[in-house]
Amino acid sequence: MDGVALLTIFILSIFVGFEVVSKVSTVLHTPLMSGANAIHGVVVMGAIIVAGKATNALELSIALVAVLLGAINLVGGFVVTDRMLEMFKPKKPTGKEGGAA
Amino acid sequence: MNEVHTDPIWVQLAYLVAAVLFIIALKSMSSPRTARSGVLIGATGALLATVVLFFSGIELLNLGLILGFLAVGSIIGWVAARRVKMTAMPQLVALFNGVGGGAAALIAVVEYFEVGSSDLLLLIFTVATVIVGSIAFSGSIVTFLKLQELMTTRPVIIPLGKWVTILVAVGTVAAGIGLVVQPQDWLLVLLLVLSLIFGVLFVLPVGGADVPIVISLLNALTGLAVAASGYVLDNVLLLIAGTLVGASGTLLTNLMAKAMGRPLTSTLFGAFSGTTAGSTSAGSDRPVRSASPNDVAIMLGFASKVILVPGYGLAVAQAQSTLRELADLLTEKGIEVDYAIHPVAGRMPGHMNVLLAEANVPYEQLKEMDEINPEFSSTDVVLVVGANDVVNPAARTDKSAPIYGMPILNVDQAQQVVFLKRSMRPGFAGIENEILYDPKTTLLFGDAKDSLTKVVAALKTV
Repeated sequence: MDGVALLTIFILSIFVGFEVVSKVSTVLHTPLMSGANAIHGVVVMGAIIVAGKATNALELSIALVAVLLGAINLVGGFVVTDRMLEMFKPKKPTGKEGGAA
Repeated sequence: MNEVHTDPIWVQLAYLVAAVLFIIALKSMSSPRTARSGVLIGATGALLATVVLFFSGIELLNLGLILGFLAVGSIIGWVAARRVKMTAMPQLVALFNGVGGGAAALIAVVEYFEVGSSDLLLLIFTVATVIVGSIAFSGSIVTFLKLQELMTTRPVIIPLGKWVTILVAVGTVAAGIGLVVQPQDWLLVLLLVLSLIFGVLFVLPVGGADVPIVISLLNALTGLAVAASGYVLDNVLLLIAGTLVGASGTLLTNLMAKAMGRPLTSTLFGAFSGTTAGSTSAGSDRPVRSASPNDVAIMLGFASKVILVPGYGLAVAQAQSTLRELADLLTEKGIEVDYAIHPVAGRMPGHMNVLLAEANVPYEQLKEMDEINPEFSSTDVVLVVGANDVVNPAARTDKSAPIYGMPILNVDQAQQVVFLKRSMRPGFAGIENEILYDPKTTLLFGDAKDSLTKVVAALKTV
């Protein structure tokens, strides 16, 4: 794709990025940061691409480490975000009545 | 861009779908009602994109090895995320962010060998990815070490730190320019090393209380590195996803800094100014009033309005449920009980809400700072459990304190204040708290869970 098209996508993405999080409540700052962190885990795709065309041992080793790190970022990021947000779901009735007698 | 391969239309469309899913995911995660579904939407986008990549017809040598490393990385990430205690979650996020930045830097290193000196713009972006990715990596590792308390949480000021940092920054830029002008392998190694050192120097002078802001910033940086790698690899999805995170992360960093009342510039450029405030630990041997669990139980039992202020110490002691038990007991006695939640209670904005929700504390009892602050003056007893910096009036009065300007919970306006503390050790920001020496303050020393259990037992007999 040519440079100007990429630049256009880049600039528009900046505006979208600003817009989508502009109204977040303080309570969600941490989960949102964690969620964004998970999304940049798609860097693993880049790692797969370079590993797929690596032709010597050095390049391949570096690229495979990148695949490993990227996968940790992607999967770990989504799972830990889910665990944070799990806490926000409405409680089942059992949780509330457990007062000490 | 240096290769002839172009993705088929269906692959490009699939990437477009994934990009839209990421946008919807971020949007959903900004609102409590839809936040959880946002995770699922984002994960779906990532899964779709990764699967499509394998069938997109790109050259994939070493397929077995790639799948193997992908599986191992996924398992490590999954297990780490499932096993981590909620109290340790901020440093895990920092670590995940760091490895993402590291991955981007490594991708660029490999691409550098492929690119050669043919395309100037491509070379510039490759070099930029190496720099930004490495800074995000080493910076995140240092924040991890700080949060895990494997190293001091106080600002680390190295002698001539300002000049060393400037020198390293200049060196990094010079090596980067050198690489673009005259690609040489040793320059690439030098660039890597200098960028990594810069990341460390950048985070070292940051004090404990500002660490969350730095994590958020490094998160945005990783996003930018990923976006740059997208340009290098001519992959539009990486460009979009990285830019989205870079932009939203920058805004989020700003919002967090505002919530904490911290000027962003002083946090970020502490490394260059070398003037990050030290500690004002004067007179730590002054007398304080300490009491027994029984005394505390009596104070609470005869109050008509009690506010609980939970802090990180509560979480460390895993005393959330015991605190809830105490709250239930007081409510049964007809005493009005509320939890006052500071926006940055815990280690990150919103962290305490997560921790208390885990202990089944009803959401409606959690009062945010602005809502609860006017109530302190009509409150009989405030029970501060393992919190310190968020109730420290130095934030209002002491211009030299590192937390000056941060909005705090006005516990000093209540009739009586009870602190459950392990010791007189200052909080995460490393500064003294004047309230501890106030005549209306009572201290109960000990592990928060232990103390709370004793107070609950004593309260039952009152």
